[in-house]
Amino acid sequence: MEIRTERGRVAAQNSMRVNHRKLSIGQLVFGGIVALILVFLVLPTLIVAPISFSDARYLQFPPTELSLRWYAEYFTDKDWVAATLFSARIALSTTLAATVVGALAAVALVRGSFPGKSIVLGLALSPLLLPHIVIAIALYLFFAPLKLTGNFFGFLLAHTMLAVPYVVISVSASLQKFDSTLELAALNCGANRVQAFFTIVLPNILPGVFAGGIFAFISSFDEATVAFFISGIDGKTITRKLFEDIDFSLTPVIAVVATLLVLVSLLLLGVYQFVQSKMDQPKHS
Amino acid sequence: MTVDDKTIVGGTAPSIALPLVSGGSRRTHSTLFSLVLVSPLLLLIFFGFVYPVGEMLVSSLFSPGFTLDNYARIFTKPLYLKVLYRTLEIALLTTLGAFVLGYPVAFAMARAKSKLVPWIAACVLIPLWTSVLVRSYAWILLLQRKGIVNNFLIDIGLIDKPLKILYTEHAVLLAMVHVLLPFMILPVYGSLRSISVELPRAAKNLGAGPVTVFKSVYLPLSLPGIFAGSILVFILALGFFVTPALVGGPTTLMMATLISQQTTELLDWEFAAALSTLLLVVTLVIAFAFRHVLSFSKGFSDGN
Amino acid sequence: MKGAPVSIQRVVKTYGDVLAVNNISLDIVAGELLSLLGPSGSGKTTLLMMLAGFELPNTGSMLLGGNDITFMPPNKRNIGMVFQKYALFPHMTVAQNVGYPLRMRKVPRDVIRQRVANALDLVRLGSYGDRMPSQLSGGQQQRVAVARAMIFEPPVLLMDEPLGALDKKLREQLQIEIKSLQERLAVTVVYVTHDQEEALKMSDRIAVLNEGVLEQVGTPADLYRKPQSAFVADFIGKMNFISGEIHECQSGVSVVRLSEQHFLRLSADVSANPALQRGQKVQIAVRPESLGIASAGQGGQSSIPGVLEANIFVGTHHTLIVGLSVGTPEPIHIQIPDGAVGSDLSRGDSIDVVFNPKKTHIFHADDAVK
Repeated sequence: MEIRTERGRVAAQNSMRVNHRKLSIGQLVFGGIVALILVFLVLPTLIVAPISFSDARYLQFPPTELSLRWYAEYFTDKDWVAATLFSARIALSTTLAATVVGALAAVALVRGSFPGKSIVLGLALSPLLLPHIVIAIALYLFFAPLKLTGNFFGFLLAHTMLAVPYVVISVSASLQKFDSTLELAALNCGANRVQAFFTIVLPNILPGVFAGGIFAFISSFDEATVAFFISGIDGKTITRKLFEDIDFSLTPVIAVVATLLVLVSLLLLGVYQFVQSKMDQPKHS
Repeated sequence: MTVDDKTIVGGTAPSIALPLVSGGSRRTHSTLFSLVLVSPLLLLIFFGFVYPVGEMLVSSLFSPGFTLDNYARIFTKPLYLKVLYRTLEIALLTTLGAFVLGYPVAFAMARAKSKLVPWIAACVLIPLWTSVLVRSYAWILLLQRKGIVNNFLIDIGLIDKPLKILYTEHAVLLAMVHVLLPFMILPVYGSLRSISVELPRAAKNLGAGPVTVFKSVYLPLSLPGIFAGSILVFILALGFFVTPALVGGPTTLMMATLISQQTTELLDWEFAAALSTLLLVVTLVIAFAFRHVLSFSKGFSDGN
Repeated sequence: MKGAPVSIQRVVKTYGDVLAVNNISLDIVAGELLSLLGPSGSGKTTLLMMLAGFELPNTGSMLLGGNDITFMPPNKRNIGMVFQKYALFPHMTVAQNVGYPLRMRKVPRDVIRQRVANALDLVRLGSYGDRMPSQLSGGQQQRVAVARAMIFEPPVLLMDEPLGALDKKLREQLQIEIKSLQERLAVTVVYVTHDQEEALKMSDRIAVLNEGVLEQVGTPADLYRKPQSAFVADFIGKMNFISGEIHECQSGVSVVRLSEQHFLRLSADVSANPALQRGQKVQIAVRPESLGIASAGQGGQSSIPGVLEANIFVGTHHTLIVGLSVGTPEPIHIQIPDGAVGSDLSRGDSIDVVFNPKKTHIFHADDAVK
């Protein structure tokens, strides 16, 4: 059908466009409901930020006057700074330990042959399901009589155990995508197992190792339950202090700390997304 | 040595009996090496969990001298029974709530245009990777007497006096659903995504309306994800500490907060140990009973 | 570079209940290109994997240049290998890939650089050193894989269906290149393939495997002209099969009974099989180009009547598809040069298919593949 006039052509194009975008009422309602639920999901995380910039001493939402005074108070409070540094130290050490332990275990699970693999896999992933309160109490009852609460290595032990599942999952996924023939080629070229691992396997699974590390860090830095119980007077994590202050001295500095925690998570998630996009690039033609 | 056709030695039937042990393979790591690789993990789990929990179990059964009193207390004193019951009830309701709210989101994430998906995923993943503490604190800000919700309701004239929302069971339920929602969404999303695009198309082609397509294609095929998500949320809800501790009050004790109270306030360590052991055993039993369902949710094969 | 001989002695390999390699013994001459030819599941790749050291045999041994390498770790065997999917390291450049074996052998950097350049020139990829493998075409990647396998001058080169993923023209080109490289360098090559045409073109000798068993080893001509089993006869080249029963067998003449009335007269010593006896069920195998045409009724005692189903002109010759009255329900293929008697036959014509007694093979029926 020929469209002779300019008006006719534009009209035809418009009607095609309308047909494309026509949504049913049902779809719109569904979309609306989903949007509401998504707001429900994300809003609580985000409301702490505006409150942290409020000038008022009490809760005011939305804040009428903005200031950075509570941020200043946070950065100059030596208790808060100490807690933040303590948490950071634990999280970094946990990341290192969990990455090594988890990566080794992943290699064995994907590429090794030994009896009871499924049991070991279950054990490796079990910390995801174990109630943190049980771990917290068991460690507390273990440390308290020995006056080891607040001990750095106690935290390292508990947090590494809780972080390892993330590393195992991430590294295993990477290993399974890795073409094992490459390792055989490396052996054939004269590399022994260790050389093959460090020169061929590791560079190709690095995104998985990295991603696992990011989640290990977040899981340790944000961890609240175990940290609550095994913190001591000198060894107190940022989450324990946050917990205490929420319970006993609800000041707006808490909103600042909460906002900063959210920012740390967002930042690391962003890094993960970036690494993930590199991981998805095809390696073979 | 010259070679000709006559040096062939071969047969159509096996000329030797099948040996009992297969030859090895160098494609996988040897058993010894594999065990070495796995030993740090095993040591970690032992010293970080098995040993301390073992000691805890022992202390609950011996105070001193063997006794089952600590456990008997849980099941005989009405106060503690109430806590047990409340914990189960809230865990179940949380699971239900997470399903009702989570399924639509998972569905949207699986079926939406690829431009929208990252935004939906962000709304699910950001809360997941933010500290539970922050999220629970946000609920305090929202639900307290002078909180955001109450202020809003008073401002628009719906109520004159602030409602008591915080420190009630409803608050705990609401906050728990919020915190655990991503754990329902992700497994359901996983199973929905694995449904081939052609199936609903085929159903529509055969004359099914949207509701029927949903009932006959999506719902049944997403059941594995629904089961996995439900078991996961339930298990996590049973033992949850931070959210009930901050958002619930002394009248809404759940297992975890009861354990905390017994440990830090009442200093009845043997009883706390018994409660913890009970919680752990229940968790392990459920996890073990539904381990196949759960292994789906991890989307993980053990590479055998 | 000089090739070394390889000896495979009574090797058995099982995977659980499956017998992948069933007591195979094979001697590979230094400097020859020997193909391991067979369908999938025949054990050819398993055998290659054991030569490389990635799998270990249950029993038996393998020798390289007289040394027992059966249990030697793969990185110590000094054998070059080209994998089916090239297995180039994706995170390294072409030059780094090719230089990797030398790096593992702790060769000094500047020497590596020089030898890599030489190796790349050898496979005509001299200017591609800085590219990444993903930037190369399939054929180019294959050549890099060959360069990497040869750079450390191994006495033996293993190739696992290296040209399988390439299109026909490229495959033919690389077949010629690989063969000429092999001859020039006199390196021993063990070449796994399922493509019998490729094996016939490239090999000095071919070892035909079937379900873990070594069926026959010989030159391409040996295997083509004197197959020792129905499987080999069927697998190499095109072969027609006709079933029957021995009616008489004496002084160099066999008469095969195809039906109540029909008998086919053939020569008895064309096959290497043990003595044929009266009543034995047999398969007669004959190549399309070894069959002749005669007018209906004029064929003689060594012919079978049939009806033409199709006459296909293929440029240099005709392929006649003929349905036989006895012997086989499947139509047989006859190949005649263009212009020879029968070129102008058409569908429906009745003819006699004439067997050349000297070029017909007889196998036991239970040997047969079909």
